[in-house]
Amino acid sequence: MTAVLKVENLVKTFGGVKAVAGVSFEVAPGELKALIGPNGAGKSTCFNMLMGQLKPTSGKVYLNGENITGRPPRDIWRRGVGRTFQITGTYQSMTVAENVQMALMSHHRKLFAVRPYAYKLYRDEALALLDVVGMADQADRACAILAYGDLKRLELAIALANEPTLLLMDEPTAGMAPRERINLMQLTADIVRDRGVSVLFTEHDMDVVFAHAHHIMVLNRGELIADGTASEVRNNPQVQEVYLGGGTLYEQETADA
Amino acid sequence: MGLFVAQLLTGLANAAALFLVASGLSLIFGVTRIVNFAHGSLYMLGAYFGVTLMHMLPGVFGFWGSILLSGLIVGLIGIVIEICVLRPVYRAPELFQLVATFGVILVIQDLTLMIWGAEDQLGPRAPGLKSVVRILGEPVPQYDLALIAITPVILLGLWWLIAKTRVGILVRAATQDREMVGALGVNQSWLFTGVFFLGSMLAGLGGAIQLPKGGADLLMDLNIIAAVFVVVVIGGMGSIPGAFVAAVLISVLNVFGVSYLPQSTLVLMYVVMAVVLLVRPYGLFGREEKAGEHGQVGEPERPIRPAGMRGRMLVAALLAALALVPLFGGNFTQVLITDILIFCLFAASLQFMLSTGGLVSFGHAAYFGGGAYAAALLVTYAGSPMELAFLFAPLAAGLLAIIFGWFCIRLSGVYFAMLTLAFSQLVWSLVFQWYDVTGGDDGLVNIWPAEWLSGTTAFYYFTLIVGVGGIILLRHLTHAPLGYTLRATRDSARQAEATGINVKRVQWVAFATAGAMAGLAGGLFVFSKGSIFPNELEIGKSFDALIVVFLGGVKTLSGGVVGAAFMESAKDWLTRLEYWRLVLGLVIIGVVIIAPDGIVGTLRKVSERVGLRRSEEFMK
Repeated sequence: MTAVLKVENLVKTFGGVKAVAGVSFEVAPGELKALIGPNGAGKSTCFNMLMGQLKPTSGKVYLNGENITGRPPRDIWRRGVGRTFQITGTYQSMTVAENVQMALMSHHRKLFAVRPYAYKLYRDEALALLDVVGMADQADRACAILAYGDLKRLELAIALANEPTLLLMDEPTAGMAPRERINLMQLTADIVRDRGVSVLFTEHDMDVVFAHAHHIMVLNRGELIADGTASEVRNNPQVQEVYLGGGTLYEQETADA
Repeated sequence: MGLFVAQLLTGLANAAALFLVASGLSLIFGVTRIVNFAHGSLYMLGAYFGVTLMHMLPGVFGFWGSILLSGLIVGLIGIVIEICVLRPVYRAPELFQLVATFGVILVIQDLTLMIWGAEDQLGPRAPGLKSVVRILGEPVPQYDLALIAITPVILLGLWWLIAKTRVGILVRAATQDREMVGALGVNQSWLFTGVFFLGSMLAGLGGAIQLPKGGADLLMDLNIIAAVFVVVVIGGMGSIPGAFVAAVLISVLNVFGVSYLPQSTLVLMYVVMAVVLLVRPYGLFGREEKAGEHGQVGEPERPIRPAGMRGRMLVAALLAALALVPLFGGNFTQVLITDILIFCLFAASLQFMLSTGGLVSFGHAAYFGGGAYAAALLVTYAGSPMELAFLFAPLAAGLLAIIFGWFCIRLSGVYFAMLTLAFSQLVWSLVFQWYDVTGGDDGLVNIWPAEWLSGTTAFYYFTLIVGVGGIILLRHLTHAPLGYTLRATRDSARQAEATGINVKRVQWVAFATAGAMAGLAGGLFVFSKGSIFPNELEIGKSFDALIVVFLGGVKTLSGGVVGAAFMESAKDWLTRLEYWRLVLGLVIIGVVIIAPDGIVGTLRKVSERVGLRRSEEFMK
């Protein structure tokens, strides 16, 4: 089976700084894969290159076998990649449902249609997607007055609008309460299972990562230092040193108890 | 060679006043983000105070002392303006403050007229610097040489202030991130007031220092403001050295333009600005504007819905009343309402790109006047029937907008606004100076409607149908997927791009649509008046449209139309008074302060509060 996403030797330099220094990996169909690493490791830079916000200095990105390196974001989206951002970017002056409808209008290529009324278009489809993320009851609220956790769920619904084969989620649970984090990741895991979507996400909350990710990659100073299952990564001494820590605090606590 | 050097020196001397005014505007914009339209008025005040003081204080000390005193007085006036007019509206939507500064222009114009009278004031010559020096055989005024020597000193002084003092650190910090500066314990209001004082003082100094060369008159406020905008944009917003370089560049260019390309002096400056912006989008010394991620100012914009039953009935009743006007109202009323309807369509076309698309155009008159001129030219030179020429107006304006828009959408924010201004001035100066074709200042006359539309009442109905039709069409577009897509690009360009929307292309379509609809209004205009003059393309016309959209409510759908109707009616009433500008200016300032959400926005809020109207369900 071919990989949904295949990254070959991706490099990005800013001036003299190598933010990403030759990263290669694959994401298999139906896989929930995490990309972790300390701040400044190059996770967001990596993501921005995958989604087209940044042009790589060198290297290749393949989506379902097709070279998409350096294409603009809207092009990559049309090929079936959904994305959620670290800082949400929903449309503040629209209702929750309209935000999803907007993505659906784009998917059905109705962006330049001149017949009103847009707020009636694809409403049922939008409500169905909102139902998936548990937001259907808030469909007609203005986006500007939503709680942060709800915005994150809305973003997920928007990302599902074009029936993506791959979801890129940049710190999906950042800024959320612990309970909400678990719910959101459970939701994501359900979507992976039910829809066969692959997900690549970055995350700082190790509980979230180790509970849900099928595979974990660790990035440090622009280089991948590990790529494997949860236990492989957890026991990797290099990973422990640069990111997870030696676990001494935990051992200390258990010794005291 | 001698002539060349003399011209160069004249250019350098002319740069002095321009630099002073531009650096003041640049400082104010950098720190407060206010585009101060009234900056030219402060310059004018500086000149008038200078004349008066110079007559009172004799001698060399009197002359130079008067210049400094004028600067100081104008600086204090700047403080008054900042505290009384601008402070109450800092929390209003972005750019709303420029409406207030427009009110200030009107007030200052009439106050100056009241105090100093309508006659131009001759500038006293500088004691001890009254003669000329011969350089390479050409006479160069001594005062010019003095100005050339003084300007770099002022530049150095300002540079020292900005780069080396604590005040300068605050100003630079606030230019980058004023919210952060506020969070670090700096009293923002006094920082803003201080910067306003400094900027106004520079404008006042500029006005006084140019007196021996230019004197003082009532038109100098608007005459300089365009050039000042150009200088600030070429130099880069917020950059003092940039303002200096650009002021020198523009002044020298003007002097040479007058001697070698007399037909294109006006165009030259805007061509340079357009080229600079296309090559260096943030000006020669400017830095990319980083939009702060601090959340928005004021209330969020609400979702939109088509008007309900009650709203539709209201509009229907209003239209019915308008249709009955010719039965009761005389000629005068019909002409007035025709004017209002045309202006409403023009404002609605700007609102479509400005409110729905977030594309702030400072040069929308180009498409209004462009459409009007296109029709008039067709009638004049091809003798085409009115119907054809009328259809040509929106087409030509739309085409113009497609061409200009292609360049403009590459930029964003205030630089976008300035490029639209540059293009509209380009059109204006072309029309103004290409006498053989456009008639220049004499305009094009005898552009009358066809037989079946001649007569006030016939054209009234024609305007009513086309004007209202155009407004409804724009409203439909706003509710259509196209309008939603446009709102999406405004709300979050990043999200739009990440969900398959080609942001630039959508903005281009909006730009062209708004241009074509403005052209339609222009077509109505030219046939209602029977003539067209270059003043329909002036900056003032663009500003009028901008002002009414904000006045009516930029975060509403009908703001432009309501604002335009309000403004035209108010003007019609007030122009009967001697000092109507003063009153209109005060009315505008009053509305800005009392109703920071615009007329429609504030009415909506008030009627919700008193229970006349239910608050919309998506805000719960």
